[in-house]
Amino acid sequence: MPLTLLKYGLKRDHVPHREIPPTPDLKRHYDVVIVGGGGHGLAAAHYLSKYHGITKLAVLEKGYLAGGNTARNTTTIRSNYITNQSIRFYKEAVSLYENMSHELNFNVMFSQRGQLTLAHSEATLRSFHLRAEMGKHHGTRISVVDPRQVKEICPHLNMDERGQHEIVGGLWHEDGGTARHDAVAWGYAAQAAKRGVEIHQRTEVLGFDKVGDRISSIRTSRGTVSVGHVIQAAGGANEHVAKMAGIDMPIRCFPLQAMVTQPLKPFLDTLVSSANLHTYLVQSSRGEIVIGGGSDPYQLISTRSTLVLKEQLAHGALQLFPFLHNVKLLRQWAGITDMTPDYTPIMGASPLKNYWLDCGWGTWGFKATPVAGKYMAETVANERAADILLPFSLDRFEKLALINEMGATAASH
Amino acid sequence: MKIMNCPLNGPRNISEFTCFGPVHDALDTQSISDSGWSHYLFYHENKAGIIREWWRHTPSNYFFIAERHTVTDEIVATYSPSELPRTESKS
Repeated sequence: MPLTLLKYGLKRDHVPHREIPPTPDLKRHYDVVIVGGGGHGLAAAHYLSKYHGITKLAVLEKGYLAGGNTARNTTTIRSNYITNQSIRFYKEAVSLYENMSHELNFNVMFSQRGQLTLAHSEATLRSFHLRAEMGKHHGTRISVVDPRQVKEICPHLNMDERGQHEIVGGLWHEDGGTARHDAVAWGYAAQAAKRGVEIHQRTEVLGFDKVGDRISSIRTSRGTVSVGHVIQAAGGANEHVAKMAGIDMPIRCFPLQAMVTQPLKPFLDTLVSSANLHTYLVQSSRGEIVIGGGSDPYQLISTRSTLVLKEQLAHGALQLFPFLHNVKLLRQWAGITDMTPDYTPIMGASPLKNYWLDCGWGTWGFKATPVAGKYMAETVANERAADILLPFSLDRFEKLALINEMGATAASH
Repeated sequence: MKIMNCPLNGPRNISEFTCFGPVHDALDTQSISDSGWSHYLFYHENKAGIIREWWRHTPSNYFFIAERHTVTDEIVATYSPSELPRTESKS
């Protein structure tokens, strides 16, 4: 490294290598336009360009690359859900993460360290048994553990014996893990850009023009483009963007807040979460303790943080690990989540023929980045929703066929 | 700390209140279609502006209406449900 620095540092006309090319001018037409340059949109661009030969493709991002919920989530990857449809889907997400660094030739720092969810009551334990059996049925690594095993898995936990929040057991999900969120987005972006996908940052979608039940062109802050197909993956702006296309969404926005402490020596090698305390913790590869929790108690379309929620997170973290009491907080932030009524995303077809949805990712979208990208790409390439996505369609609300995953969130919301 | 003005108890700490979601019109259960049910149950207002919500002052179990801005989080008005229908504040 120092030698390379010297070599290029002294060279006058050296052009540094850029994985992501600068934003080009908009062309007049694209076969596919992806609205939203976060992890999901970029993953779809990667899969479309690599596996379906579609490279006349533009990703439009209002802000900067992966600066929305991709940058603000707490990077939990897991498949310990409760319904058949979800477990099947998220199980594939986990296996795609296992191979992601290889697929992207980019180290996404995937660390499959296991996730431990704590039970503080018999009722929670009963629901854990159900989730464990569902998971085992689908071949995921998941089991219910007793307090002795909890202590073995995570020796630093405050078991709070005979206390208010006594740990009476846990749900141990060995497949669970974490990865570097920026690396995931950048890896997909770099691969897609290499195949000719255009990434347009600071390009806001202002409206859609329709011909019959198809989108014909997209009006943006940098000009109008005609399109073959559109994928909407706009994170917190999903309801707003869909409305511009004339589509009503059962989505409301809630902030989700998180924070990290100063770096500590490694002591926590699992992801720990407690639904009762609305808190989960993970130690990042830099040693910081990432603390996340449930979303805000009422809707807001704002990334402002509140003291009340930060205090709640700190309270939960100290209950589980009291020795963190004099550790300082380094950063805190909030993201806007697009929550659906059943805590399950909305993917696949929309009322428009060439407009495809990858929405409603609420507080659970990061883990699905590769699998959503893979099947959204397949959906657009075949012009019909991939089979695995069918249960997640928008019309499930009309059919009253909801997929209730409210109880399977890491920290109940 | 954020303060909310309860129509019954006056200004109180926001931690004493619980939000019960947007106010919508009462349902005509005799004539409603399946799609109407779906919209009643799952589709709620998500606008960036002033929305009208049900809130409860938890210690006194008093339910009331609040109009709140969803971007600034400013509470514009709070009043008793008996005042419904009432013209919404301008956003």
